[in-house]
Amino acid sequence: MPPLLEVTNLSTEFRTGLGTVPAVDGISYTVDRGETVAIVGESGSGKTASALALLRLIPDPPGRISGGRVLFNGRDLLRLSDAEMREVRGGDIGMVFQEPMTSLNPVLTIGRQITETLEQHRGADRITAHHRAIELLGLVGIADPLRRLKQYPHQLSGGMRQRIMIAIAIACDPKLIIADEPTTALDVTIQAQILELMKSLTRRLDAALIVITHNLGVVARYANRVNVMYAGRIVESGPAQAVYHHPGHPYTMALLRSVPRLDRPRQARLDPIAGQPPDLTRLDGGCAFRPRCRFAVEACARRRPAMAPTRAAGHFAACLRSDEIAVATEVAV
Amino acid sequence: MYRYIVKRILLMIPTLFGAAALVFFLMRLIPGDICVIRLGSGGTSFTEQALAACHAEIGFDKPLWLQFVNFVWGFCRLDLGTSMWSGKPVAYEIAARFPVSLEIAILATIIAVIIAIPLGTISALKQNSSTDLVVRTFAIAGIAAPSFWLGIISLLVVLDLTQIFLGKPWMPPIDYVPLWQDPLRSLSIVILPAVTIGYRYSAVAMRMTRSAMLEVLREDYIRTARAKGLINRIIVNRHALKNAMLPVVTVIGIEFAFLVGGLVVTEQVFNLNGVGRLLVQAVQNQDYTLTQAIVMLIVTISVLSNLVVDVLYAWLDPRIRFA
Repeated sequence: MPPLLEVTNLSTEFRTGLGTVPAVDGISYTVDRGETVAIVGESGSGKTASALALLRLIPDPPGRISGGRVLFNGRDLLRLSDAEMREVRGGDIGMVFQEPMTSLNPVLTIGRQITETLEQHRGADRITAHHRAIELLGLVGIADPLRRLKQYPHQLSGGMRQRIMIAIAIACDPKLIIADEPTTALDVTIQAQILELMKSLTRRLDAALIVITHNLGVVARYANRVNVMYAGRIVESGPAQAVYHHPGHPYTMALLRSVPRLDRPRQARLDPIAGQPPDLTRLDGGCAFRPRCRFAVEACARRRPAMAPTRAAGHFAACLRSDEIAVATEVAV
Repeated sequence: MYRYIVKRILLMIPTLFGAAALVFFLMRLIPGDICVIRLGSGGTSFTEQALAACHAEIGFDKPLWLQFVNFVWGFCRLDLGTSMWSGKPVAYEIAARFPVSLEIAILATIIAVIIAIPLGTISALKQNSSTDLVVRTFAIAGIAAPSFWLGIISLLVVLDLTQIFLGKPWMPPIDYVPLWQDPLRSLSIVILPAVTIGYRYSAVAMRMTRSAMLEVLREDYIRTARAKGLINRIIVNRHALKNAMLPVVTVIGIEFAFLVGGLVVTEQVFNLNGVGRLLVQAVQNQDYTLTQAIVMLIVTISVLSNLVVDVLYAWLDPRIRFA
């Protein structure tokens, strides 16, 4: 069975005063039906741009999708007409954004913001849409839906607003939900609730989930597979457990070591990644992580390493020394 | 909400009192004496006794503070007194001239809103296109051109065009008839001044609509609306415009207050007997009671239009309504 989503060589670029920034530089990955895939990386690694590109929501200008293919259910989303694309957005693919405060319209009621999606995609009349909205609020765990539907976003808490965003995303039973840092703006206790909710909903609706995050805890707990992005490229990809325990790329390894862990002695110091993410307008032909990498050798400057299989099945890394890195991690942990 | 409106109306009292004090004392700083103008208007000479009698008649013999108290007290009772010049009640003088000014002001506002909001929106949606450039040039021209000049030009254009197309020149009539008596004639009187004022007015509102729309279109919730697959018309009308209207409503309200002041010039150019011209005459004649009454009228309209703006704000923005 072909995957639900097959992204091939997707690239986006942003024109800025300082030159063209290749925010997403030829990434490829797949998402199977019902699967949860995490996209991990630092700010500016291109993870949000890659997600927006799937729905062709990159603001143009200054950005544009410069190449690639996004096969969803066998159709290339990049070749659809605007009208066909609108049917996919909010219909087949739901999206949850990072900031529930600014992502909901402040002057429209919660109810209106949910029902308009149903009216658009299902041709639902007001009453049907209203009933479905009540049902959706129940699904995302909001009590007293009749009162909430009449309220405005500022009258709700952050966690509740994100539940509303999720209700909007799942309104039309999408096959894929894209969540762009869905918990970053929330309290830690709320984060877990929201993630559990998304997990249970995707299972219930048999929907696939792409979750974009910089939180490796989220990855370990919820994702089936992980794509690690650095400087616009996927540098490591594989089953979550394999990537978490045997990273094949020094960047992934460094990310894992920069996270505080309860199972380590309290005195153990965090190991932040040295240096800054690279300036994307000035990448050379070599590996982009080279300047910050403690494993860098001369060969790394010559060409950008391609994704190559590691020891585990389905696990790939774009590093010349990925075998040694897997060993080094085992020793360190 | 009702408490808020009541509070705002109560706050009008100090504003009006301040305006009353300002106009009262400023008028008396202007050199000149209405009795001298009145008695010597025909070039005739007059006696000291006649001057004193005139002063006593209009109350100048009383101390200044008492005159002020009388003025304020009269205003509180909505008794505006009698014109020092014509001897007729001020309320009568204003009532005769108010309809034409009001009609121009309202028509100008309607013209401004009808032009400004669609053009400003299109301009923002097609930012930096040739359409945008044309609209912006049109707007800048409207702000740059003084309204008296625009008035003269529009009169000349109408004259020339009617000469060319109808064979004989046509001038709008100047003797005002109310809208409900003869709508066509009434409109033909006020349309040119209303367009003249409305153009400038719309230019300001258009620029505000454009910049507010540009800002709103970059908001996260517009991206959400797109991600929902909504059609553009709904994204613009339902999601963007309502948010962008807040600053536009402010500008329209502020400009409305200015517009009442701007009528002074426009009515002069179009030779219309409105409140603006009445104010000019009153100041020239040193007619204190009439000047004070008209200024207080303008202040009241300004304050009220601000109140309307605030109420509209609450209506547009639930964050204010439920705060």
